[in-house]
Amino acid sequence: MVQQSGKTPDISVRNLTVGYGTEKVLLQDISFDVRPGEIFCIMGGSGCGKSTLLKHIIGLYEPMAGDIEIFGRSIVRADEEEKQELMRHFGVTYQGGALFGSMTLGENVALPLEEYTQMSRAEIAAVVAEKLKLVGLEGLESYMPAELSGGMRKRAGLARAMALNPRLLFFDEPSAGLDPITSAELDQLILRMRDQYGATVVVVTHELDSVFTIADRVVMLDKKSRSIAAEGDPFELREHSENAWVRAFLNRGGFRGAERRREKSQRTEAEEK
Amino acid sequence: MIGMREVVETFREPVVFIGRVAGVFPHLFHRRGLRRREFLYYLDLCGARSLPIVLAICYLMGLVLGFQAALQMRKVGTEIFVVDLVGFSVLKEFGPLMVAMIATGRAGSAFAAEIGTMKVDEEISALETMGISPAAYLVLPKMLSMLIALPVLTVFGDFAGIVGGLTVGVTVLDLPMAAYCSRTMEVLDSVTFLLGVVKSMVFAVLITLAGCYCGFRSSADAQGVGRAATSAVVSSIFLVVIADAVIAILYSFIGY
Repeated sequence: MVQQSGKTPDISVRNLTVGYGTEKVLLQDISFDVRPGEIFCIMGGSGCGKSTLLKHIIGLYEPMAGDIEIFGRSIVRADEEEKQELMRHFGVTYQGGALFGSMTLGENVALPLEEYTQMSRAEIAAVVAEKLKLVGLEGLESYMPAELSGGMRKRAGLARAMALNPRLLFFDEPSAGLDPITSAELDQLILRMRDQYGATVVVVTHELDSVFTIADRVVMLDKKSRSIAAEGDPFELREHSENAWVRAFLNRGGFRGAERRREKSQRTEAEEK
Repeated sequence: MIGMREVVETFREPVVFIGRVAGVFPHLFHRRGLRRREFLYYLDLCGARSLPIVLAICYLMGLVLGFQAALQMRKVGTEIFVVDLVGFSVLKEFGPLMVAMIATGRAGSAFAAEIGTMKVDEEISALETMGISPAAYLVLPKMLSMLIALPVLTVFGDFAGIVGGLTVGVTVLDLPMAAYCSRTMEVLDSVTFLLGVVKSMVFAVLITLAGCYCGFRSSADAQGVGRAATSAVVSSIFLVVIADAVIAILYSFIGY
């Protein structure tokens, strides 16, 4: 299923088991790779553990078993300092943006720069302006997060994640709670990040529109079997997956919709008689 | 019977938390180790804004204390000892204790709610994945401003309490103000006063740790944040009272 390529993967997940506590296993023994420069989507129904999987990959949770390597270094076995060092090499955009409410937009984006670079104030201000321009929020440095709309907050979160020019970006449900147009704009932004900066992007989502717009490859997580139901090109999977559930998911449960329409028309026919 | 294991588990988390906080103190000496604006914000919240309520409560405390003492002392005709009683009680116990209670209600609960809300909004996760230690970033400014605010408030509280006693002495007992003042200067010493102020620094550490710890432990929902604020207040009052008892015993060893 996995196509071999010469390049070493940016992320490699090996025999990973994740769950809550000691009993409740969400995903068992899963393995996959994310290759440099691709946009990789993690999909699945509600409650299948896709957000939890993401939080394991970015090192917030410890897995029950297995290993996760980022740029060839294990984030599972790293001690606290190594982990912090590793975390600086990627950016994460959270569902609600996760901006720090007590700081302005500009200060939010400046924070990683202040912490990890030796830049002067003027240089930091220039980078902040550039990053905000990138996400279409130029000139809003002095706004507080509470004064922004949900979409703007997400984009600001992206600007902050991009501050240190990471090679790897994670998105947790970028389109959740956004209207279709804003969500499409965010998709274009994600594509631009990859095309202009050569970033590898991992997106957790269940929005089909956005998957078909941006994804090079997807993994579909299955709640019942607690494993990967399918992995590959989304268009390919939609048409040719051996798994009927995967085809249905990617067709927006199309067959059920068709059935409903048929039932409805039969009912109206019966009533007319 | 509670096994050794449970006991160890119960204390493991708080001890780990204290260790983390202690471990980040060297950050203070780094270039941008402490965010000045945050520090000033908390200094304002825990210090300046608490001053009116501290003055009011300590004054009333001194008043009540003086009044109760007066009722008893009058029976044996030793009204002047009201000065001693009010003075020592305020400096040794009521000043630091009342300030700690007010700080618990104002700052401890605010710390827990603030950190809990940050957890709900994934701000804590965001800090972590930026490679920034939440303990360093969130606890240090609070701890430092509490360590400055509480002793200063205690000084004001002590003064207000003694003025409360003086009010009773002059009005109820008809003592001359000069007599009350000179007796106060005569019996109270600076060591007693300083020991009370030092005690308030211990309370500052306990209140900050309890507030932040409960915030970090909060479950990520609205009710969780509410529970975190409640448990921050309850546990820091408990800790403060325990510490007060222990310190009273320790101080008695050095003769105060």
